[in-house]
Amino acid sequence: MVKYVLKRIALMLMVFIIIISMCFILVKLLPNKPTQQFGKDMQLIEMRRKALGYDKPIMEQYGIFLRRTLLGGDWGVSESLYLGQNVWDKFMEKMPATVLVNFYTMIFSVPLGLLLGIYAALKKNKWQDHLISTLVVVFVSVPSYVYAFLVQYFLCFKLQLFPYQMNSGYNYFTYSMFHSMVPAILSLGFGTVAQLTRYTRAELTEVLTSDYLLLARTKGLSRAQTTVRHALRNSMVPIFPMILGEFIGIMSGSLIIEQIFGIPGVGPLYVNSITAATPDYNFFMLLSAFYTFIGLFSGIVVDISYGFIDPRIRMGSKK
Amino acid sequence: MNRQPEYENIPREAFEFVERSGAIHDQKFETKPIGYFKDAWIRFRRNQSSVIAACIIMVLVLYAIFVPIFCETNYSRSLTDTDYLNYTKLPPKIEWLGIKGQSNNTLNATTYLSYKAMGIETGMDPIVAVYRENYEDPTASKNARYYDVCIDEYYRMGMTYLTLTYAQFEDIQAWQDEHGIEVIFPAIKDSKQTDANIWYEANKKGAPTLDKEGNLKPIYEITTPEDTTYHSLRIAADNDPEKPMAYARVTGTSTAKSYVVRVSKYNYFQYRYGFEPTFVFGTNARGQDIFTRLASGARFSFLLAISISAINLFIGAMYGSTAGYYGGAVDMFMERVTDVLSGIPFIVVTSLFQMHLARKVGPVMSLVFAFILTGWIGVAGTVRMQFYRFKGQEYILAARTLGAKDSRLMFKHIFPNSLGTLITSSVLAIPGVIFSESSLTYLGIINLDSSTMTSVGTMLANGKDYLATYPHIIFFPALFISLLEISFNLFGNGLRDAFNPSLRGVE
Repeated sequence: MVKYVLKRIALMLMVFIIIISMCFILVKLLPNKPTQQFGKDMQLIEMRRKALGYDKPIMEQYGIFLRRTLLGGDWGVSESLYLGQNVWDKFMEKMPATVLVNFYTMIFSVPLGLLLGIYAALKKNKWQDHLISTLVVVFVSVPSYVYAFLVQYFLCFKLQLFPYQMNSGYNYFTYSMFHSMVPAILSLGFGTVAQLTRYTRAELTEVLTSDYLLLARTKGLSRAQTTVRHALRNSMVPIFPMILGEFIGIMSGSLIIEQIFGIPGVGPLYVNSITAATPDYNFFMLLSAFYTFIGLFSGIVVDISYGFIDPRIRMGSKK
Repeated sequence: MNRQPEYENIPREAFEFVERSGAIHDQKFETKPIGYFKDAWIRFRRNQSSVIAACIIMVLVLYAIFVPIFCETNYSRSLTDTDYLNYTKLPPKIEWLGIKGQSNNTLNATTYLSYKAMGIETGMDPIVAVYRENYEDPTASKNARYYDVCIDEYYRMGMTYLTLTYAQFEDIQAWQDEHGIEVIFPAIKDSKQTDANIWYEANKKGAPTLDKEGNLKPIYEITTPEDTTYHSLRIAADNDPEKPMAYARVTGTSTAKSYVVRVSKYNYFQYRYGFEPTFVFGTNARGQDIFTRLASGARFSFLLAISISAINLFIGAMYGSTAGYYGGAVDMFMERVTDVLSGIPFIVVTSLFQMHLARKVGPVMSLVFAFILTGWIGVAGTVRMQFYRFKGQEYILAARTLGAKDSRLMFKHIFPNSLGTLITSSVLAIPGVIFSESSLTYLGIINLDSSTMTSVGTMLANGKDYLATYPHIIFFPALFISLLEISFNLFGNGLRDAFNPSLRGVE
């Protein structure tokens, strides 16, 4: 198992470095707009280019990048968005808003999704199950930004229950801040709840119809006992890693929801770094690396957690 | 015990036919053979929700194909018309469904009066009904009086100033005569007034000053009977042959005269485009008709999604077959390549492609490349799995023994096994592409908007600013994409069940 984990981590790091290197070279090939900001003063432009290291050959620049950034953790300073500020500091400053909104979403949607899924599975083929399954199909399919529009229009505008956008500032743990996050949390939650419900229902119904559950019943266990002790635990095998993966994924958040509700998180930072008149490549590099890392990391955590939860699945240990 | 006679060779006479009446053949099946696809079709038909979903998809596709062809009007065709700006944000209007393009509103006294004045002049009263008249709002400032009214948004457009050449002026006059609809309304004395709706004495803020009986005081320009400016239709108040009203303010030199006229937007629309302004889905913030625009956006989105899905299917099938069939080192190497590619977040791929390629090959092509770069990985994985499952089986060995080549084994004998799954995943990829495209456009990472081209995502992005005030602009694209996603998901589920042979006979 340890060998497997180490192998996976080594592979992940390799993939990560390859992707980041590709990104680096592709970004370096782009016309460098920040150096053009200084107008027609050629001397200034040359100085700026030198300061940024653009006068060296690209492989040398790549060496500097590897040494300074990947090993030293120095992602440079912002060139256009927050001129002169440290990219990493700015990124860490934006992080809490994204994580918090997504964390709240998970906190309420995971239990709700599990409960609904279990309920639907227990009431299989009755009207409750049909109702939940129909709603699940609708909620899984409809894109999250459509909920965002609906929430914004009905709850924020018509009923005026919540503010239109999230409050600015850094006091994340006040009530008014939470209150202003609710629309975003709701719009993110619908999809997550529906997905989890569908998954739980499918897994649980499969376990509930298996033979060993029948055996447990014939031994004299009540229905509740079999469900809680045997069925639920077994159905959690594939569900738990999924929840774990989602929890890691909350850091990358949802770009579109953050954009709609004006959440001062990393999503808008990324979008702005590309769509700005002069793209901010340092932010772009950092956030690309970040999203890549989160994706790869959640992937291996999910794979490894399978092995920890269910000893029968020890992937890689034996074919 | 009977002793059997012993024969060296059984004589011919010892044989006899079981049946002499005719030759016995294998019985021919009366029923038609049921193949893989036929079986899938039979089971798909039984799944009601999928069939309904398929019908909805058909309707949406037909809408996307035929509306831009048949429902195109002079209005939706002239894509870069500046006249559009007069007809922005009109709400949906479908007469026979009772949707009249009206909205409930609270007006202050000045606005109320100016709307009334519009109605008096043109006969098209924007105020359909008054719910609450002339009241004071205790929360707002004193002295202000308010009206709760129902407004016809189409009549509210009012007037605008147009500068015409003589030929254009003449043309409108001729059209007026023919149809009996007055487009051009009399000019006013105050040549500095920029608000075309004002035909009465008003203070600087545009509030009308009333005479003693509470009527508006017209300030129409009066001309002489000898004035040669041709005008066919006249308003009712213009009945004094000695002092006729002027219908245009003529400016410019004697050789190049231009006619500044006040035209009713509603009637001018009829002159310009040949039908009364009625928009089934309303118009957007640029005055474009949402009904036809959404259809062409949908057509673009469908085309994009289907072509991407087809290309991914092709590349994935090739890649997966090679990796799965040859296995070993080839497979190992190819798997690492997919590992790296699948590790790149889609959003990063798209932004890099946009930054690099958008200027060279256009935003659409670079979007297509971005979708293709990682999109085929899922397909390749499925195909590879199928190859691993089937390549060791006896029928493959048999075929190989008979001398079948690698390519024949791969595509004739193994690949068809994965067709069902592949069809399902390709169908399910279509809404995925449309969804990703709309999100990316919404975020502003890609920009597909131009006067001739649009996508559903672009329409959503353009409508978001008017969510609170004009929700219809965003409602129809959002409805379209929601319907599409729901029905594609249901349809895909049905397909998956239908193509899964293990579910045969379970239902």
